[in-house]
Amino acid sequence: MSNPAGMPVLEPAEGAKDQHMVINMGPQHPATHGVLRLVVEIDGEIVVRVYPEIGYLHTGIEKTCEAKFYHQVVPLTDRINYLDPLANNLCYALAVEKLLTLEIPPKAQWMRVLLAELSRLNSHLIWLGTHAMDIGALTVFLYTFREREDILRLFEAVAGQRMMTSYIRIGGLAMEPPLDFLARVQGFIRTLPEKIDEYSNLLTGNPIFRNRLKGVGHLSAADAIALGVTGPPLRASGVDFDLRRDMPYSSYEKFQFKVPVSNDADCWARYEVRLIEMRESIKIIQQALDGMPEGPVKADAPKVVLPDREKMKTQMEALIHHFKIVTEGFTVPAGEVFQGIECGHGQMGYYIVSDGTAKPYRVHMRYPSFPILQALEKMCKGRMLADVVAVIGSIDIVLGEIDR
Amino acid sequence: MDDAKTFIGKGAVLEGLADHPAVKAILGWNADALADAKYEFGELTLTIAPEEIAATATTMQAAGYNFFEDMTAVDWFPASPRFQLSYHLVSHAFKERIRLRVLLQGEDPAVESITSVWAGSDYYEREVFDLFGIRFEGHPNLRRIMLPEDWQGHPLRKDYPVEGYR
Repeated sequence: MSNPAGMPVLEPAEGAKDQHMVINMGPQHPATHGVLRLVVEIDGEIVVRVYPEIGYLHTGIEKTCEAKFYHQVVPLTDRINYLDPLANNLCYALAVEKLLTLEIPPKAQWMRVLLAELSRLNSHLIWLGTHAMDIGALTVFLYTFREREDILRLFEAVAGQRMMTSYIRIGGLAMEPPLDFLARVQGFIRTLPEKIDEYSNLLTGNPIFRNRLKGVGHLSAADAIALGVTGPPLRASGVDFDLRRDMPYSSYEKFQFKVPVSNDADCWARYEVRLIEMRESIKIIQQALDGMPEGPVKADAPKVVLPDREKMKTQMEALIHHFKIVTEGFTVPAGEVFQGIECGHGQMGYYIVSDGTAKPYRVHMRYPSFPILQALEKMCKGRMLADVVAVIGSIDIVLGEIDR
Repeated sequence: MDDAKTFIGKGAVLEGLADHPAVKAILGWNADALADAKYEFGELTLTIAPEEIAATATTMQAAGYNFFEDMTAVDWFPASPRFQLSYHLVSHAFKERIRLRVLLQGEDPAVESITSVWAGSDYYEREVFDLFGIRFEGHPNLRRIMLPEDWQGHPLRKDYPVEGYR
């Protein structure tokens, strides 16, 4: 069934044409967190069906990757989940490094963990602010964005960029972090637990926020697994699985942290799980700061990793390698790999197929927000229309990673 | 499992990874469904006969690979068989990922949908249908997902240009 504009029309169910109404939500609705369009069938105020319509932000990024050198893909990855930029970089870099079988120095690995956790905090802060704002608690948004600003300043300090960092590269990091970086991170995480208490004070005891989330958007563990739900919503449904702990990458196995799980399986459980996750992230960052190893931040692979600027200007070899990498890229052995990591929203994965040339033959990204939309109807069915807004907030989606 | 090991070919995998739960499950069910296998970069890839994919998915689900993580296609144009489907399954119990690989012949291939096994494969199959033009038989709502309904062609095919006019 298609119409000239190419949009699916959802008719009310047979036999309920007089009673049901089909309404359109989005793609410019502020509560859909981007350009998500929902076609919602309602019976009075009760939701009968939800049909997500996506693709408004589709840029064909997977196709673009096929036309770029491996190192040119890194800046593209930032733009997919732009709220968790370093996780994108990390996942792509890990996948290519797996194909290259590169050894990454310990300092780079620990810096990656530190940055990935900062990035997770960034993602969770935006989730908390926008979720609370959707529910009507406008104040929290201003507070979480204040802390997010601090994180963006830290990103700017290492990468020169606030959002599109591209700091984690194939073979390590783009460059050494500034000398005062670790001290600045320490200063930031020293104050953050208090700030999280502050958000919790504003929301946890707030009767409106509580009533809007408790018992809303129920998703059973079996449904969550069947529909491909990952990350905090999966753990809030009682499934104890976190890639950082269960299939560790980038030396996560050396860090101690708890994986919060809840069995309530509603929006409130997702709120609680993420709040605990933020506190656990702080602990991981503290461990990374305390045990930060010394050494280089780039792998010893001159044919893959760009040389330092200093060396490039003094050593002929380094200049040649730089010229070669920038103009011809580097070849990657043929093969296929899938690398999964746990980002702020859930399990992210990069599937890279190499045919042995300097450009990836195929890059596919698995992003957690894409499959979770399939669970939307399950969570909203039989509930009030206003609960749709609460549910969308609680599953924490980014349209950039859905449409790619 | 030792990541450094590499096994290429069905015989090598069956011998080297005889205790692997996925290998055991497929041998216990139907050894003929397994066309090829490899173990590389610490990842097990099982190549499955196209007509057996839904049944294999059911077998793997029962064997402990309970979570469907991802599915996509690769276009090997102009080689034949042209299309490859890669299914990634994760086991929450074994904390491990496997890849099922299906090779499809022809310009307009079709394969059985696995939406009856994992409802969550719905969007992934729609995406592959949209961007590669591979049809999934038995899919409840097989329509384009990223591109407009009236779009011509399938952009992720290799004979579709990256830029310029189609």
